[in-house]
Amino acid sequence: MGHAATEAAFAAALLDPALPPPAGLTTARGAPDAKRFAVYRNNVVVGLRTALATRFRVVERLVGEEFFALMARAYIAGTTPTSPLLFAYGDDLPDFIEGFAPAASVPYLADVARIEAAVTRAYHSKDSEPLGIAQLAALPPETLGDVRLAPHPAATLVRSRFPVGSIWQAHQHEAVAPVSAPGGEAVLVVRPGLEVGVHILPSRDAVFAGALLEGAALGDAAAQALAADESFDFGAALVGLAGLGAFAGTVTIDKGDKDDGHG
Amino acid sequence: MPYEPLHASRLPPRAGVGFKSEHYADIMETAPDIGFFEVHAENYMGEGGMPHRMLAELSARYALSLHGVGLSIGATRPLDKAHLARLRRLIDRYKPQSFSEHLAWSTHDTGFLNDLLPLPYTPETLARVADHVDEVQQATGRQLLLENPSTYVLFEESSIDEIEFLDAVAERTGCGLLLDVNNVMVSAVNHGLDPLAYIDRFPVARVGEIHLAGYDETVDGAGDRLLIDAHGSRVREDVFALYRHTVGRCGPVATLIEWDNDVPGFAVLYDEARRADDVLAEEAARHPLPRRA
Repeated sequence: MGHAATEAAFAAALLDPALPPPAGLTTARGAPDAKRFAVYRNNVVVGLRTALATRFRVVERLVGEEFFALMARAYIAGTTPTSPLLFAYGDDLPDFIEGFAPAASVPYLADVARIEAAVTRAYHSKDSEPLGIAQLAALPPETLGDVRLAPHPAATLVRSRFPVGSIWQAHQHEAVAPVSAPGGEAVLVVRPGLEVGVHILPSRDAVFAGALLEGAALGDAAAQALAADESFDFGAALVGLAGLGAFAGTVTIDKGDKDDGHG
Repeated sequence: MPYEPLHASRLPPRAGVGFKSEHYADIMETAPDIGFFEVHAENYMGEGGMPHRMLAELSARYALSLHGVGLSIGATRPLDKAHLARLRRLIDRYKPQSFSEHLAWSTHDTGFLNDLLPLPYTPETLARVADHVDEVQQATGRQLLLENPSTYVLFEESSIDEIEFLDAVAERTGCGLLLDVNNVMVSAVNHGLDPLAYIDRFPVARVGEIHLAGYDETVDGAGDRLLIDAHGSRVREDVFALYRHTVGRCGPVATLIEWDNDVPGFAVLYDEARRADDVLAEEAARHPLPRRA
């Protein structure tokens, strides 16, 4: 048997506990030993589960270690990492959780996972100076509505029907305070410098932030925000989001279709 | 295929520890007297942020060992060119004094399996591993240290002894070897071999770094002792005794304390490093002239 066949049989049996250990393995005693092969199976599953539990600490706290292990096992069975960069493993765990029937009784779990996935992405993302308030102030008022702000490479907005930002924050400490926030929250994950920030946005800014980070021009985003909540304050919202580090330091203006040189 | 080894520099003959980000503030504040730090290359392959800041600060103050865990040198599939390019970027940026990987495989068509898996030792696998090591050294511009594995199973088709296999890869490629003394103990116990005899047969002139770690212990299906390469405790006493013997053969060689699971406070790692440093200092005092080329 050539190595390719040996390796394929080994890999298949690693991932499928219903399969017997691959043929061709032995011990110094001269007889194969299933318990020894099981060490490798265990290493793979425990290693990947640990990677997920490290990234999704609050999710694990919310459902408990036992349930998390079961959920991770199901995820791992369908999703082997595609790359040795394990910090990216679990990028799609939030989507998996959303469809994982046993977790349906914790309807906010997937959105909490989205915050945690975004935190790791922000931690490793490209370094980039965020858009400064002075750059904003220098924009000519007559073209302000046509300005498009590029999302900062670390920025992710998680909009949820549940108070997931408050839930996430409550679980950053050993002792969990009861979460009393009513209704949904929009949570902005950013990394303007080296520290990752997780911020709950004022609810009237959520539509505006969502539209801008999806690439809408300032005028269109403001109109959407006003339609959703007439108390929306354009200046306060824009300065607030820029101050958190939501935008990259380049600005484009639709008319004339060129960079304005502030970048 | 053999070509001149591309030595940039070497680790000092001291003890080092595996760097953990939770120890960063402590290290920056107390500036501990440590021979070097080792990092897992894959943890620093993101685009930016704190990981790169930490590595920049560490490498400005200490010698650095870059230890890959994801290259899958022992696999049948071709090496991942994108991964080689990522390694090259890290090496160019941080100029580590040592660069090492494993005699193992971890990637298959099904994806990255996140474990250091064993391979049979045959003329076929020897040729492939040598080709892969050669390719890594060409792509990174650096000599690679190839680490002996810890294993739990043997392959019926193996026809080459592990030490002869490692020595032949080094002979063909000019790579160096990383001698993991805990792995020697784990594999020797698991396969009924004498760990001292393994060290005595090892081509010590090729060794550029030593690893130490703690193992766990269980039994296999027949009730025989089965050691697990766990990296979650202090170095066991039998491994430390084997380490003394190893340093007696190798001379003082840079020695890493590996601790990857249930990582304790930095003081515990430092304490382990001091123990190894004492052994290295004693050996250096016994042989004032370097014993290795």
